[in-house]
Amino acid sequence: MVVASTAVDLARVQFAMTSLYHFLFVPLTLGLAPLVAVMQTLWYRSGDEAWLRLTRFFGTLLLINFAIGVATGLVQEFQFGMNWSIYSEYVGDVFGAPLAIEGLAAFFLEATFLGLWIFGWNRLSRGVHLATIWLVALGTWLSALFIMVANSWMQRPVGSTVTDGRAELTSVWELLTNRFAIWAIAHVILVGLTTAAMVIFGVSCWHLLRRRNMDLFRRAAKLSLIVAVPVSAVNLALGSHLGVVVTEYQPMKIAATEALWDTEQPASFSIFQIGGFSVDDQTPSFDIEIPRLLSFLATGSFSGEVQGMNRLQSEYEQRYGRGENYIPPVRTTYWSMRIMAYVGTLIFLVAALGAFLYWRGRLDRTRWFLWLGVFSIALPWVSALAGWVLTEVGRQPWIVFGLLKTADANSPSVTPWTIGLSIGVLATLYLALAVVDFVLMRRYATVDPPEPVGEGGEEALPAAGY
Amino acid sequence: MDLQIFWFCLIGLLWAGYFLLEGFDFGVGMLLPFLPRDEGERGVMFETIGPVWDGNEVWLVVAGAATFAAFPAWYATMFSGFYLALLLVLFFLIIRVVSFEWREKSESPVWREIWMWANTVGSFGAALIWGIGLSSLLYGVPINSDGDFTGNLLDLFRPYTVAAGVAVVLLFAFHGATFLTRRTTGDLCERAAAAARRLAIPAAAVATLALVWTVVVAVDRNDKDLFPPLLPAALGIAALAFAVYFIFARRSGAAFTMTALGTVLFVATLFTSLYPRVMVSSTDFANSLTIDSASSSHYALAVMTVVALVITPLVLLYQGWTYYVFRHRLGGDEHAADPVELVARKTGA
Repeated sequence: MVVASTAVDLARVQFAMTSLYHFLFVPLTLGLAPLVAVMQTLWYRSGDEAWLRLTRFFGTLLLINFAIGVATGLVQEFQFGMNWSIYSEYVGDVFGAPLAIEGLAAFFLEATFLGLWIFGWNRLSRGVHLATIWLVALGTWLSALFIMVANSWMQRPVGSTVTDGRAELTSVWELLTNRFAIWAIAHVILVGLTTAAMVIFGVSCWHLLRRRNMDLFRRAAKLSLIVAVPVSAVNLALGSHLGVVVTEYQPMKIAATEALWDTEQPASFSIFQIGGFSVDDQTPSFDIEIPRLLSFLATGSFSGEVQGMNRLQSEYEQRYGRGENYIPPVRTTYWSMRIMAYVGTLIFLVAALGAFLYWRGRLDRTRWFLWLGVFSIALPWVSALAGWVLTEVGRQPWIVFGLLKTADANSPSVTPWTIGLSIGVLATLYLALAVVDFVLMRRYATVDPPEPVGEGGEEALPAAGY
Repeated sequence: MDLQIFWFCLIGLLWAGYFLLEGFDFGVGMLLPFLPRDEGERGVMFETIGPVWDGNEVWLVVAGAATFAAFPAWYATMFSGFYLALLLVLFFLIIRVVSFEWREKSESPVWREIWMWANTVGSFGAALIWGIGLSSLLYGVPINSDGDFTGNLLDLFRPYTVAAGVAVVLLFAFHGATFLTRRTTGDLCERAAAAARRLAIPAAAVATLALVWTVVVAVDRNDKDLFPPLLPAALGIAALAFAVYFIFARRSGAAFTMTALGTVLFVATLFTSLYPRVMVSSTDFANSLTIDSASSSHYALAVMTVVALVITPLVLLYQGWTYYVFRHRLGGDEHAADPVELVARKTGA
């Protein structure tokens, strides 16, 4: 028994480690692919070489990032079966379908057309070549769509029924139109755009600080702000609405996220608190609250009732079986939600201030803000990773909500030693890759963009190649 | 047609596509330390597969995901059972994937040497383990009556499976060499042809051994008749014999076609031998997983069948077009200049 629970814990450690690591690269690809496509389109339409140089400059960053995203994505696909064989057998009928469709519809598209884009500069007509990067962007978005459909089914299993101890798909339409999925897909794609926009903005700030290629990076900064300001604002609203959807289907997740033990109407939102995170210590020793805000965030109405964990626990015990703890780790969900939301707000404020300075023509000269822009590159990742921690930890103890518990889902044939070895190998490899990736990204983000030579910059084009 | 049979065939087809396409990528990777005389030629070798390797690898990703979706019990038992072998595969594939993108990002010779070896080692390792792993499905591994794997890593290493693994490595190296004779020019092309001649007989011999052994194992351990497994095996042996003949007759195009056929037929022989089982149990034959016991529901299979029938032709079409776009041979003066150097010179970085 002790051994078994250790295996589950280790499998969870590995999943958390590899998934969060994978998601370091995913949002940048999701956002940078379409933004590079926009830059190339601007060049295609205007013939202005500045946009060509920017396309190739940010295209190189996209490629460095894409490679490691592909590599770590393989681990994601394999480890469901490796560490979670019971889960895999239980859910394959439903969860496997979007994964297989993702491979067929999205991975082939992005991988094949990325190859064409990288090596096709001189072999394809300009229009066809432009189409290839847009197809890459389409592929990355389709991939996000199917993955979020799969994940949302784990949050809210729809379109399926349980037969002979495993889930079976009954309606692919319900699976695809899961309300949870629709909001989650939009959320994750806006996260991608925000991330890429903040990276482009931060890199541009760095070049403006150096006072080199000013014209070029002023344009890049403008493009990134045009994206970052509205997208980060919309995403705050969208994320808040996702909270309402979560409240409807996973009230326990919201209660834990708010460290709300007793049902309240109206419920106030806790901005910061010390203590109050465990069954034995339900009252915080210090807290700052905004009255009625939680009611609004969770239900959409300032007077809505928000259920507390104590009541939900007894409800769940009746529905799913007694003697089990159905409360996810409260401290983790509480803080991951706040980090996500606070940092998300900060991103919007930085972008908005940047837009104001740009509008007043003072961006180049406001050096403290340019430095702030450079360091703000890290913010989207902090926010997005905290968001994933909230989503996945908040679903515990379930791996598929209401159907299968995480503790019952790992591979019975895999020993803790084996998983430990696997964690050791992957952690070492990932660390080495992270160092190399960081060095390469920094280096290629700080060089001068290559000068185009001749018509269409033919000679210097390998900058975008291997 | 029964949807289980359709999905078993489709997964076989995906593996065949993976072996056919990534086979020459792996082969090129294995030859990297041996063929080129200088960094420029290495760059040419990388560029022959540069535009296509990523799309080729997706065949594996889709094969894995299709197994998950269509035969969850197969996916669960195989991936948890072959744990350490797959961990090794992941290691090899990851260092190889990043080598493509990262090698050229620095001019340091040591740096480039490291990533070249990463590609070579990754290609060797992944090819060997896929050969061993797929043949182990047929040879049988310990599986209990719950369908759970009860063995360890060593259960995958049998004389037959190791022979199959070595056959896959040699086959890919040969296939990669004939591929290079079609994609390069001049001196490098000559050396690729010479390498193909040196690899031809060992590759064909070991692959023939593995194919015959596969049929024997199918009859012996998987309750199959000689026919049909003998058919793809015999065709595969014939294709490889022709490949040997053509490479010595200096007809590299025909030789490449034959190594391609030989690779596909190797997978076809394995899957024909396996059917209707997907994993043979060495504990008790009755514990073997079959396409019926391991499959998803009819509805799930039907949905995915529709998707596969719509999308697969499109994929074949645009991947085929990619090969058409990059059909020209590489080498000679146009690649004398190192791309990164060129950019560095232009920008003064």
